[in-house]
Amino acid sequence: MTDQAESVRVTDPGKPLSPQRKRFAWRADPRLLGLTGVLVVLCLVGQLTRPDQFFTDGNISTILRLAAAIGVVSVGMTFVIISGGIDLSVGSIVALSSVWLTTLATQSYGPGVMVLCGVLVGLGCGLVNGILVSYGKIVPFIATLAMYVAARGLAERISGRRTQVVADAGFLDFFRGSLLGIPVLIWMFALVFAVGWVVLNRTTFGRRTYAVGGNAEASRLAGINVKRHTALVYGVAGLCCGIAALMVVARTTAGASTNGMLYELDAIAAVVIGGTLLTGGRGSLIGTLIGVLIFTVLSNIFTLNNLDTDIQNIAKGVIIVLAALLQFRSRKTPHP
Amino acid sequence: MTEQSLHRRRFLLGGAAVGAGALLTACTSNQAPAQENAGANVANAGDNSKPGTPVTIGFSAPAADHGWMAAMTKNARAQAGKFSEVTLNATEGTNDVNQQISQVETLINAKVNVLVILPFDGKALTAAGQQAMDAGIPVINLDRVFDTPLAYRTWIGGDNYRMGVNAGSYVAQQMKAKNLTNPIIGEVAGIDSLPLTQDRSRGFRDALARQGFKVGPRVSAQFTPESGEQQTSNLLQSAPKLDALWNHDDDQGVGVVAALSNANRSEFVMVGGAGSKNAMNLIKADSGPLKATVLYSPSMASSAIVLARLLGQNKGVGDFAEHEIPSEITTYSAVVTKENVDQYLDVGFDS
Repeated sequence: MTDQAESVRVTDPGKPLSPQRKRFAWRADPRLLGLTGVLVVLCLVGQLTRPDQFFTDGNISTILRLAAAIGVVSVGMTFVIISGGIDLSVGSIVALSSVWLTTLATQSYGPGVMVLCGVLVGLGCGLVNGILVSYGKIVPFIATLAMYVAARGLAERISGRRTQVVADAGFLDFFRGSLLGIPVLIWMFALVFAVGWVVLNRTTFGRRTYAVGGNAEASRLAGINVKRHTALVYGVAGLCCGIAALMVVARTTAGASTNGMLYELDAIAAVVIGGTLLTGGRGSLIGTLIGVLIFTVLSNIFTLNNLDTDIQNIAKGVIIVLAALLQFRSRKTPHP
Repeated sequence: MTEQSLHRRRFLLGGAAVGAGALLTACTSNQAPAQENAGANVANAGDNSKPGTPVTIGFSAPAADHGWMAAMTKNARAQAGKFSEVTLNATEGTNDVNQQISQVETLINAKVNVLVILPFDGKALTAAGQQAMDAGIPVINLDRVFDTPLAYRTWIGGDNYRMGVNAGSYVAQQMKAKNLTNPIIGEVAGIDSLPLTQDRSRGFRDALARQGFKVGPRVSAQFTPESGEQQTSNLLQSAPKLDALWNHDDDQGVGVVAALSNANRSEFVMVGGAGSKNAMNLIKADSGPLKATVLYSPSMASSAIVLARLLGQNKGVGDFAEHEIPSEITTYSAVVTKENVDQYLDVGFDS
């Protein structure tokens, strides 16, 4: 189906979009329209059931702030999945980064060191994942499964399984504050998303990510250093986890080894319902963004209407299945 | 680019990586003066505190992935360390029921004198407890109760229902004091699928109902700070005004309190649960909505070790008329407020 489009990218990574590529991008649009439709319907349901609360500044800001951390993680996950991989360790990396940046030693050096530690630990874990996958030739599922277990274990060891509350007022004041009336967390999310979008859609790095995911061997023959590129893609995912850890710590005022629980599943779900293929080579960050928002709005509507979380989980499952069905239809490939 | 400059670039990159590594290593320390507390240990009085015959106590508990659970294991170890004749044979905590069963079997084979078992799931571990009892090893069932008393010699644990009752009664009393007839009372529960959460919620509902009040907006979190923050953020949006809020667990309470300050909300009375040191400090400072917490204290683990030692030495409990250790002991879920917080700070645990 998309082989032609892939080959164009592989052989011509630096040139402007070819006609095929443009048509490919256009073909992807109806799916995004469908997803946007789902989001709009959810918002309407929210507005109809709680007209007094749903479309208020406070609630919209709450939804966006709740979406921020998992959204940033999902941006990294989109890169990994487009490149043909999977990252099961994102939640554990968030936990490890959050714990590392809130240890007493780190806090005593001030907010700058806290931020640096969080980001570097995330990046480091991601690079380790990437090196294991590309140079160690371990399949991504196993390499990141190892990190999933090990990073959470290290987080528990470092924190002594205690919740490490942040005492540094400067750190909290900044990350929990607002800029031009919009919470800093939402700015961070927007910034990560914008940078991610530009990198994925407007740079060689992004085109190579698609190419490697579409056909790694062809990419190698076309002169792309596939191993290095794969390692870097996991590094990007780890970096996103480090940034998300800063956001989680800012929101909860604490680092804990239980942070980021099940983020891997939430992020994969958001990426997949956003239309990114698990087999790699195709996908979009806009889709991922809408996927994250759909889940966050759903959870918000359930709480606003005082409904059980069990039913919420059932609804989540139904949405994932519907999105997958939609994916089959849009690909126009016969169902196996 | 020349060969030389490439080498230099690699060298500089390597140097930067080493430097970053050193920086990160320096940042993992949690050492601070007076950080560790000794845990809630029973200062044993009377004749029973004198060293007796040597006792080996086997101990098996779930993974310490939560402040309260970590405090349980820590308290057990600290209490055992206070008795020179007691050897504690503690297994690594696990949330895998199968693994915990094999741990108990290992302890039985090692022929410990007494077993203290805090099961991950009481129903699933019942057979293992029974097996120990059959092998002649008395079992102290800690907190999560086995299906049948045949599987334990003595049960000691908290009272989840009464925890809810006491939280509800305190909230009702506060509402009456404010002359509110139809207050909005919120609840941030723990993991809804666990019986302990259901018991707590039922007690809370029942106590409120007695005073003519009912629970309004309710969410359930996962006992973690992050889940507490997320769920509470949504709950605060659903209720523009609250009169009271009960949070089941002080570990997730760190997140609940963060959500309140994120949203600048403090118009209500908040009550916590379990009794962490952090919550007690907030109650003492009296600067936010947290006015009380209902105990579910991990000091019960210390008491379990004391009982296990006495069982191993065939002793009774001092000040009781009984020759034997009682078969059931339920700890009390006291309400800790600003007035009595000093009295309870010693059982507060690090969340």
